[in-house]
Amino acid sequence: MNDIVIDKLSKAYPSGWPGRPSFVALSELSLTVGRGEIFGFLGPNGAGKTTTLKILMGLARPTSGTAMLLGKPLGDVETRRRIGFLPESPYFYDYLTGEEFLGFYGELAGLNRSDASQRVTTLLDLVGLAEARSRQLRKFSKGMLQRIGLAQALIHDPELVILDEPMTGLDPVGRKHVRDLILNLRDRGKTVFFSTHILPDVEMICDRVGIVMKGRLVASGRVEDLMEQEHTKSVEILSHDLNANDSCVIRSHAVRILERGRQCLIVLPNAESVDETVAEIRRLGGRLVSVTPHKGSLEDLFFQEAGPTADTPANLITGSMS
Amino acid sequence: MRAIGVIAFNTFRENLRDKILYSLLLFAGLLIGLSVMLADLTITEHHKMIADMGLGAINLIGVIIAIFVGISLVNKEIERRTVYTIMARPISRASFILGKYAGLSLTLLVNVMIMTAVFLVTVWFYHMPLTLSLFQAVQLILVELLVVTAIALLFSTFSSSTLSAILTLGFYVIGHLTADLKGLAGKSGSETAKAVTNSFYYAFPNLEMLNIKGQAAMGIPVGFDYLMLASLYGLIYAALLITGACLVFDRRDF
Repeated sequence: MNDIVIDKLSKAYPSGWPGRPSFVALSELSLTVGRGEIFGFLGPNGAGKTTTLKILMGLARPTSGTAMLLGKPLGDVETRRRIGFLPESPYFYDYLTGEEFLGFYGELAGLNRSDASQRVTTLLDLVGLAEARSRQLRKFSKGMLQRIGLAQALIHDPELVILDEPMTGLDPVGRKHVRDLILNLRDRGKTVFFSTHILPDVEMICDRVGIVMKGRLVASGRVEDLMEQEHTKSVEILSHDLNANDSCVIRSHAVRILERGRQCLIVLPNAESVDETVAEIRRLGGRLVSVTPHKGSLEDLFFQEAGPTADTPANLITGSMS
Repeated sequence: MRAIGVIAFNTFRENLRDKILYSLLLFAGLLIGLSVMLADLTITEHHKMIADMGLGAINLIGVIIAIFVGISLVNKEIERRTVYTIMARPISRASFILGKYAGLSLTLLVNVMIMTAVFLVTVWFYHMPLTLSLFQAVQLILVELLVVTAIALLFSTFSSSTLSAILTLGFYVIGHLTADLKGLAGKSGSETAKAVTNSFYYAFPNLEMLNIKGQAAMGIPVGFDYLMLASLYGLIYAALLITGACLVFDRRDF
């Protein structure tokens, strides 16, 4: 059962001048997101992530293609009762207090006043803003605004949650809070579809990812599978009592040989020559200690998909996160 | 329907928390005060002067609010992207437009009521007769404000605040001149002038039809039929403009 089905979605924005070509923001993008999944929608700025999300939420119309949310076609107003949405860098009515703000969105989602009031308290606690209940949003910090934004997306306990760059602008603690919140939603059976350019977050929490570049989906699948497929970056073989430099076979396969006392570390560029190298170690009388394949990270995959001619996605945040 | 109410209430709340509205109320008070001062300076017709200035001030303040709040009603929501989270809710785009319109209309109603109350206190203070014509004039001022708000709202759905302000002001001014222009063209005998003024007359709202302040100040009421006809005309015109706003907004990409 898929909660999101996108089929050949395209979006072109007219240039506004006759004769000038349209700007293609999205080109025949297709993907599915299963129920209860956390799906990370990856790509540098300008890749088409926000355009896709806008189309899904009915904020923009596709030039061609179709999509279904929770089994209903795009534009079905009632389906939105079951969907929560947080836009990128959201701006909210800053004259409202935290409580009024969430109450407003709760009522818009169809909750009656008493239900909305109960949910407001629950959500303020969930996002850690209980003490800011009576404070106007104009006095909120950026992180607090992001959290109250998440709370408005969840106020009506939606089945499907769509988040556009939910970690942007948050400090490491805030990021962890959002990651925990997304995992908690998955644990409760909710489907989460979120866009991001922060790769470590995706590796940590996503069941599946899709990578979009220049409006096209260039890769999609389970994080482990994507990294499995020909992305073994290197293999390290540790052995004892071996003089690897004496072996032509090992030297021809290895990209690096490090010898420290009894230990010898052989680094192979891929998994293809592992068997041959291990056989050679045994033939030379060495003692095999370990064989460690190093998988490529999502970051490597990302850059590989971007290709050598692609603009360096300078806005991409990589590296380990807390 | 409930969503319209929720959006309308929030728009009203936003307007109330906007300090500009309070300062405009103060301005209205000052204008009415000025009318009282002027009335003291004139020997005759000071009652007419007070009524004229009072109704004029209510009208002017109302129009300023209608135009300058109205032009940003939708445009501001799009520019600040607050519309993203609203449209993600189970509400139609038309409901959003209607809610915004209802919210500003409610603000105008409350403002006009407060200004009218201040005006009536002034009238009572000067022992002037509380004539029916004063209430009729206020009713038609309200109808005019509903039309002007609808004009501003329509422009707000597809143009910037500055352009919307210029266009709405243009509509307002032409709306008060169309009847005169048509009369003048009728006397000129030029077919081209007649055609142009006729097209203006039918395309633009005839806001002068809703202006009975002059005769109301003299205590002369209009007939019930005229009052109803003029009100109906204004409301239908506003409804058409709002329908246009809904259609434009419905086709927009954000």
